Amino acid sequence: MVSEELDIANKNLPAEQGPVQYVNELTTLNLGPTHPATHGIFQNVLQMDGEKIVSGEQTIGYIHRAFEKIAERRPFYQITTLTDRMNYCSSPINNMGWHMTVEKLLGIDIPKRAQYIRVILMELARLADHLICNGILGVDTGAFTGFLYIYQERENIYEIYEEVCGARLTTNMGRIGGMERDLSPTAIRKIKELLVRFPKVLTEFENLFNRNRIFMDRVIGVGGISAERALSYGFTGPNLRAAGVDYDVRVMNPYSSYQDFEFDIPVGQSGDTYDRFMVRNEEMWQSLRIIQQAMDNLPEGPYYADAPQYYLPPKQEVYKNMEALIYHFKIVMGEIDAPVGEVYHAVEGGNGELGFYLISDGGRAPYRLHFRRPCFIYYQAYPEMCKGLTLSDAIVIMSSMNVIAGELDA
Amino acid sequence: MLTNEEVAQTIINQFGEAVTDFDDPYDLLTCSTSRDQIVPLITYLKGHQTFQFGFLTDITAIHYPDSVGKEFCVVYHIHSLINNFRLRIKVYLTAEDVHIPTMTPLFASANWMERETFDLFGIIFDGHPDLRRILNMEEMDYYPMRKEYPLEDGTREDKIDALFGR
Repeated sequence: MVSEELDIANKNLPAEQGPVQYVNELTTLNLGPTHPATHGIFQNVLQMDGEKIVSGEQTIGYIHRAFEKIAERRPFYQITTLTDRMNYCSSPINNMGWHMTVEKLLGIDIPKRAQYIRVILMELARLADHLICNGILGVDTGAFTGFLYIYQERENIYEIYEEVCGARLTTNMGRIGGMERDLSPTAIRKIKELLVRFPKVLTEFENLFNRNRIFMDRVIGVGGISAERALSYGFTGPNLRAAGVDYDVRVMNPYSSYQDFEFDIPVGQSGDTYDRFMVRNEEMWQSLRIIQQAMDNLPEGPYYADAPQYYLPPKQEVYKNMEALIYHFKIVMGEIDAPVGEVYHAVEGGNGELGFYLISDGGRAPYRLHFRRPCFIYYQAYPEMCKGLTLSDAIVIMSSMNVIAGELDA
Repeated sequence: MLTNEEVAQTIINQFGEAVTDFDDPYDLLTCSTSRDQIVPLITYLKGHQTFQFGFLTDITAIHYPDSVGKEFCVVYHIHSLINNFRLRIKVYLTAEDVHIPTMTPLFASANWMERETFDLFGIIFDGHPDLRRILNMEEMDYYPMRKEYPLEDGTREDKIDALFGR
């Protein structure tokens, strides 16, 4: 009952009956755990005052697989398969991040060619990640066409993965000490074709959305967060950059030769859904720039480091070389110990700073491994970003934050 | 550009012997302090005019069951984005007393990080607004990341560890 109606009702009541009390009953709405718009298995319990969200609380952990615990019994090499099941939209970044962490612990310097190949693959992964995020944001606002346009390119990126490592989603790509194999001529051809084709598709996608009035009405001013709050919440990646903070691990703490490449860090202003969308779009252009530079200047030379005790030898070597066979056996059986040490290594994942905190006690497996998962860090800000908005806003906010359940729970 | 020595010296000048064990494994400045000093230390580092450690990267814990009197270690990674400088701070706790003050008044991000650390290790963050399990079930009465819960049954005798590289 609105206040004017209350006044009229009170005027008509006998004095002894007292005024009518305005009782505002909130509706509890379960968004998830399984809902097409929750982008994974997690629950949001929203308190709604009519259409407006008053407060919210999240329940996560539905797919918690205890990766950190499992890692304590696995040789370093076998942990790769855990990492690509976190943010499965950009698995190669997770794989390479883990390999670089172990290489830091072991003190292995990998050759330039391997570093450049890693950069190419990581940027392809970023493209795939951002494509899905922005494409699905379109779907969540009711625009399915854009998603269909760009989904083909994600498929093409997966074909490149397949050519490089044989897998598409859970890539298990690379090795500690370099790459499993060099880029094949087919992979190089496919990457070059992608570099020609992708800008056209991305331009078309941008034409569909960037100045689309319906889309803009749905996302501009929705779910904004200030730079100060974003930093306090520990935001990183596109979500932080959309709020105007130009923090990018690739620039601040370059790894894998990122210092060799020229690229810009796109930033937004208001940190709203539109800015997050635009930052991701612009990052795709920057990723293309990086891949182009890496392809143009791909150094000659070996694609793995001269560290036979740690680098899993190529299969053809194992068949004909006794040393390779011995090391292959030792590495696979986890008989190679790592030095005692403590490493924190961060990479710029699809969602932000993906950190690996590794403590080695000198054994064959980590004594302790902790993943600093960007999704886990920023998802707690979700209720604050939704407060006072409507349910349809909550959907696009979640979509633009790119919450991946695999990374959230780990 | 900040150096490890500069930051360490400033901390020593301010906190004296309350902050110890300075080290820089893989160039990341690391130090230890007590639970009484952790909040003042991070408050100081965050508000420091030059350092401005305004970004809490991570909170987690480690269990050392054999280290008597220092069974638990709570690890904070903080980052000064202005100076691009990372710092790791450790607080050791005994198994009998796993209380430590919360960092939530300083950083909103500490909320879930502390809940996770509580969930997995049972570290109790005093003053936390909502210290509940986050990844596991509420009904669980143990803390799975502690070393007393190995993944495999240690009493199994049907396989020889040496054959499996263990």
